[in-house]
Amino acid sequence: MEKKLNINEMIQENRKTMNFTRIWEKIIPKILLAIAIISILTTVGILSTLLVETIAFFKQVPFLDFFTGTKLKPLGADAQFGVLPLLTGTLISTVIAMIVAIPIGLMTAVYLSEYASDRIRRTFKPLLEILAGIPTIVYGFFAFTFVTPLLRSIIPGLEPTNILSPGIVMGVMIIPMVASLSEDAMSSVPSEMRQGASALGATRLEITFKIVIPAAISGIVASFVLAISRAIGETMIVTIASGSSKNFTFDVTQSMQTMTAYIVEVTGGEAPAGSTLYYSLYAVAMTLFVFTLIMNLIAQYVSRRFREEY
Amino acid sequence: MTTLTIEKKNNKRKIEKNQSTSNASNKKNVFETKDLNLWYGDDHALKEINLSIPENEVTAIIGPSGCGKSTFIKTLNRMVEMVPIVKISGAIKYREKNIFQPKYRVEELRTQVGMVFQKPNPFPKSIYDNIAYGPRIHGIRNKKILDQIVEKSLRGAAIWDEVKDRLNENAYGLSGGQQQRICIARCLAIEPDVILMDEPTSALDPISTLKVEELVQELKKDYSIVIVTHNMQQAARISDKTAFFLTGEVVEFSDTDALFSNPEDKRTEDYITGRFG
Amino acid sequence: MKYVDTAQVQKRMNLRLTTNKLAKSLFFLSTMFGLIVLVVLIYRVFSQGIQWIDLQFLTGKLSTFAENAGVMGPLLGSFWLMLVVAPLTMFLGVGTAIYLEEYAKKGRIPSFIQTNIANLAGVPSIVFGLLGLTVFVKGFSLGNVVLAGGLTMSLLVLPIVVVASQESIRAVPQYLREASYGMGATKWQTVKNVVLPASLPGILTGVILSLSRAIGETAPLVVLGIPALLIPFPDSIFDKFTVMPLQIYYWTIDSALTKEYANLAAGAIVVLLMLLFLMNSIAIIIRNKYQRRL
Repeated sequence: MEKKLNINEMIQENRKTMNFTRIWEKIIPKILLAIAIISILTTVGILSTLLVETIAFFKQVPFLDFFTGTKLKPLGADAQFGVLPLLTGTLISTVIAMIVAIPIGLMTAVYLSEYASDRIRRTFKPLLEILAGIPTIVYGFFAFTFVTPLLRSIIPGLEPTNILSPGIVMGVMIIPMVASLSEDAMSSVPSEMRQGASALGATRLEITFKIVIPAAISGIVASFVLAISRAIGETMIVTIASGSSKNFTFDVTQSMQTMTAYIVEVTGGEAPAGSTLYYSLYAVAMTLFVFTLIMNLIAQYVSRRFREEY
Repeated sequence: MTTLTIEKKNNKRKIEKNQSTSNASNKKNVFETKDLNLWYGDDHALKEINLSIPENEVTAIIGPSGCGKSTFIKTLNRMVEMVPIVKISGAIKYREKNIFQPKYRVEELRTQVGMVFQKPNPFPKSIYDNIAYGPRIHGIRNKKILDQIVEKSLRGAAIWDEVKDRLNENAYGLSGGQQQRICIARCLAIEPDVILMDEPTSALDPISTLKVEELVQELKKDYSIVIVTHNMQQAARISDKTAFFLTGEVVEFSDTDALFSNPEDKRTEDYITGRFG
Repeated sequence: MKYVDTAQVQKRMNLRLTTNKLAKSLFFLSTMFGLIVLVVLIYRVFSQGIQWIDLQFLTGKLSTFAENAGVMGPLLGSFWLMLVVAPLTMFLGVGTAIYLEEYAKKGRIPSFIQTNIANLAGVPSIVFGLLGLTVFVKGFSLGNVVLAGGLTMSLLVLPIVVVASQESIRAVPQYLREASYGMGATKWQTVKNVVLPASLPGILTGVILSLSRAIGETAPLVVLGIPALLIPFPDSIFDKFTVMPLQIYYWTIDSALTKEYANLAAGAIVVLLMLLFLMNSIAIIIRNKYQRRL
């Protein structure tokens, strides 16, 4: 081996033939932008699909009839398309889920963030992740074959399909989401704030409720809002365990249909394209989409305020 | 206020005088900066820098933290432009060509002007792949040639004997001092013309520091070296010329021996005698 | 004159400490609640399903007779679905993440894309099903085949992969990029040779998690109109298919009429949970193995 390998000369020599690299370097950002735009196209696709068919729907069914109608009878000669039964079904299942998920989720977050030792936190958090990772269909099966029979032995009037059981199970499913998002918000509260209160003789509980939760409130609220959005959009649990009766009622022991379950029922029945029934699918989906979108935007707004605090 | 201005003018004259002496010794310059100014947003970080960096010598840049010495060395290979709010005026000529010209390709500049960073930053790859990184991105793929380059560069960085039996191990398994010499070897693997070193020993223990210093002495035979250091003894030990930076200005630039034994500026004297900084 | 009545403070202190203790127990019980449900659920499913799992159940075809039924078809369907979703989400997700993190950090387009991805993550999965039905099944006339399902699922899990990839790209230390640029590497060379290899473990973890979401998801595929029929095993992405969760769904709702179907559903759930457990373990192993490196 001679003293100089003349690497630099080789590099200079190569440089002349590396035009390809240079052109590639200019093309790459454009390709990446094109890929990134696919996510926007997805949104555009969702919006336009829903919008086109929804408009077609409202040409056949008046807007007011849809949103104020308490009767949903999609088949037959006297078909009626009032969305209120589906809205109440969605509302009630969501409320039940939140009654379960919000307090338990929040208390779990408080325990993990403020009380638990490092070791306990490290064992419990993955377990909660498992709970969050179980497919919704499994929860549906659980609600239908276990929770409903269990509840029926306690509540005599409970129907075989009812909104109570899937509502509760949905709540359980959402606990990890509330817990982990709230816990994130609480553990990002600087520990100096806790130490300050602690030095004045405050108990853990007082620190939690007077210092940590107020400081983390926007993150916690955002987790609640996201949980609501999740419950509104949840499909399989309610489809399986709440049946398909389109009652306009507030009685939780009865079968009710949510917006999502309606979509499943109608698509499963192969509605002929162009029929009012077919279009109603998209009108309901549009309503669902708007509700969840609003919730997501609220959550983003709330948590953005939270991020500015520290 | 008036006195200060006069002093500044005097400084300039001194610097020019020094430059002319170094030119007189018939050495070529690799870098020449002309009225170089740099701002980070509103912060004027480099002010009217006029420096010439000679070939095949070690030029040290000293000064207290925040004086702009790191910024200056990063401007020489335009790494400073990775900070989004940077604004530059003036010129830097590398081998007679202004590197801020729109046509000038920054990748070509950095192929000629290598850099060793403050913190050892090997890639999380094998030692071999670390050294071969540069040649590979510049289109050298022949395994035999790469093998030769790797050996030559590691020998050049005086670390061949320590790592020759574990070239396929991850570079993160090495000690900090070894990692820094791997980074120097990685830099040598594309045989740059100039090597910029940004406080290369500040994260190292004294023994590793000594090894790197010896290496710098060795390397100046083939390379021109610019080294930023906060350690004045180091500058005195290894450099041929020294520039003293203060609040973004060059206070004094001359032969290292002269600067340390007989500083012309009061502020230089204060600094090297440890009165501030 | 004393401002603080020590005796009073002492009395209140006892009360405060007791409340704190009670609250702690309450919080602990809440935490346990979720875990107890988890245990009950798993026990419930396994005790019912495990006795149905044998070679015949795992490798057999679907059948209307419970004792002859096997889940090979849905298993293959889930497998084929992953074969579409994995490369597609990886390509789209990583591409988007690189664009957002390396090429377009600031500006209106990237921030719009970012907001859009956050919103997509919150869109109910059943709405993605309608998108798939309208665009892929009907619009592109693909029919309800693996490809249509895979495309739908890919868009559904895309936000997961994008966010995970962004996080792990962001975690690559800046000094590694500087080292690469310092050698005269171009942006793409740096991304390809330094940033991507360093963030690959995080990206893979994200991809696996998104896959386990995809194979557990039911609603979008129900909407695509995949029938509960005894179809032949899929051999390509253009074949009709069914997947595990879908089969569980049909067996569960039919269990009201035929009791044994509930056992089949439980058996299939056990298989599905095992599969998910396996995938998540791989993700955790990857995460732990490479976390120490950087």
